[in-house]
Amino acid sequence: MAVIFQKTRGLTDVPTHYCPGCTHGIIHRLVAECLEELGVLDDAIGVAPVGCSVMAYKYFNCDMHEAAHGRAPAVATGIKRVRPDNFVFTYQGDGDLASIGTAEIVHAAHRGEKISTIFVNNAIYGMTGGQMAPTTLVGQKTTTSPYGRDKETQGSPIRMSELLATIEGAVFVERVAVDTPANIRKAKKAIKECFQVQIDKKGFGIVEVLSTCPTNWGLTPPEALKWLQKNLMPYYPLGNFRRPEEVK
Amino acid sequence: MSKVLMKGNEAVGAAAIAAGCRYFFGYPITPQSEVPEYLSRELPKVGGVFVQAESEVAAINMVYGAAGAGGRVLTSSSSPGIALKQEGISYLAGAELPCVIVDMMRGGPGLGSIQPSQTDYFLATRGGGNGDYRLLVLAPSDVQELVDLIMLGFDLADEYRSPVMVLGDGMIGQMMEPVEFKEDLKREAPEKPWATTGTKGQRKPNIINSLYLEAELLEEHNIHLQEKYAKMREKEVRVETYNIENADLVFAAYGTTARIVKTAISKLEEEGYKVGLIRPITLFPYPYDTFKNINPNCKGVLTVEMNAGQMIDDVKIAVEGKIPTYFYGRTGGMVPGPAEIADKAREILGGVR
Ligand SMILES: Cc1ncc(C[n+]2csc(CCOP(=O)(O)OP(=O)(O)O)c2C)c(N)n1
Ligand code: SF4
Ligand SMILES: [Mg+2]
Repeated sequence: MAVIFQKTRGLTDVPTHYCPGCTHGIIHRLVAECLEELGVLDDAIGVAPVGCSVMAYKYFNCDMHEAAHGRAPAVATGIKRVRPDNFVFTYQGDGDLASIGTAEIVHAAHRGEKISTIFVNNAIYGMTGGQMAPTTLVGQKTTTSPYGRDKETQGSPIRMSELLATIEGAVFVERVAVDTPANIRKAKKAIKECFQVQIDKKGFGIVEVLSTCPTNWGLTPPEALKWLQKNLMPYYPLGNFRRPEEVK
Repeated sequence: MSKVLMKGNEAVGAAAIAAGCRYFFGYPITPQSEVPEYLSRELPKVGGVFVQAESEVAAINMVYGAAGAGGRVLTSSSSPGIALKQEGISYLAGAELPCVIVDMMRGGPGLGSIQPSQTDYFLATRGGGNGDYRLLVLAPSDVQELVDLIMLGFDLADEYRSPVMVLGDGMIGQMMEPVEFKEDLKREAPEKPWATTGTKGQRKPNIINSLYLEAELLEEHNIHLQEKYAKMREKEVRVETYNIENADLVFAAYGTTARIVKTAISKLEEEGYKVGLIRPITLFPYPYDTFKNINPNCKGVLTVEMNAGQMIDDVKIAVEGKIPTYFYGRTGGMVPGPAEIADKAREILGGVR
């Protein structure tokens, strides 16, 4: 029988623990497919974060490290320096990457570490029950911004892709979303291009993926996708901020 | 091999390279900056990797990555930097990753001073990080022993799959002494089938991890760790003793402080006093049993430290209340002199000679 479709070898055969409608699952699938299609799965070493995707080490079908909260880029640096010929990636949430791990991501980019980062921005701390993240929108209610994020005292949400694109060593920076089939296809293309940058030993690459957290946003999965389109996308514009030909 | 004159901190780097270490991740801090400086110069010559991290937090997490990927890896720092590394050290212990961590202690708390001190004894032996874990803690008292223990440390780290801490102080890091690198001390490095090297499609994924969401599994893991620590207690105790069976007063001191105590001992012996010394070389596992060999009629054990009294807790555990314990210490980076140590001994000994 001809195989028309089969699950990527990049994922293990265990059910994930993600909530119904959470887009972490889609992003896992895209990462896994890219690893497989680029032929780097068997050489891949991934680093899982602390956050809802902490168990990613069970889901990606390759060697994995579980890092301390925010430290994945430092852990990946250690791995890549020992194994420069392996493919090394981190998968991190917005609390992990944009709050506690800001120094680690900025300096991995600044050193031009030849690693790839998948940055899942859902504008909230999913795992710990919906607290405010640095990426939470002004006015957005969370369990630690019950009156809505106040710009005066809590600042404005941080745009990590724009920030990282100012760093010489970050040779690939793109923001994507996984809200529609068309955007999912674009997201996959970006992830593939980002990974290729590492394979070509050009420098650091990151893909920021706007993602949903229906559970902590207090919305149904379809509502969550609409909320992402209406609120996250205008503040976090999709698009490429950096690719190798722009880097001299 | 002939002896070469080396500064302690540079000897750390040279010993690491001699032991086959090829990866160093660190951050500058006095009084250990000659370690990264030396390795930034020497590691590239042997195909190794030197990375100056953005912080000690990042450095220790790079160590976690490098060790998990199978590298022989070193980091070094001094007290405030070691405080920052505690997160990663706990993860290394939890995930059972081998590495060597050097702490050239300086005065504290806070930013403290840059002078020598022994204020990190608790941090090193009780664990500054979270969880029930131990490090093998080695305490050299001269530059030759520093070299030997660094080299041994890498082997012990691999053998036990555990982080090893070499606890020195600003003095040993800065002083110059003749050293040799004893190749014959080297052991066979064990294979690391658990390391993340890429599956090559030929085995199940290797996972470096310290997370166990089910309590039963985490307890099982902790029991395994405790068994490992029990084996260290049984097999790895190292201690130097002097005249403890006949002494009327036994000193307990480690590291450079023990050298100063030895000078005090010579002075006291000239005056006719019978004194001895227990110098733990491993601070974990601690040589508790050695204290059982002390002359039972001894007037006391005098612990001397460059802190306000930390190792004395282990001395008290060791003597089980059977021998009086005394303490003499200087803090803040002040180094005790032999004369003041001898004074304290005479005070305890009274007329006994
Ligand atoms: C040092 C430390 N501080 C805090 C935590 C608790 N914690 C676990 S996950 C998390 C937030 C994760 O949020 P994010 O990175 O946005 O991931 P998400 O769950 O939204 O995917 C926090 C604060 C921790 N595990 N370790
Ligand atoms: S809490 Fe949010 S981010 Fe976490 S699995 Fe559920 S929906 Fe996804
Ligand atoms: Mg989040």
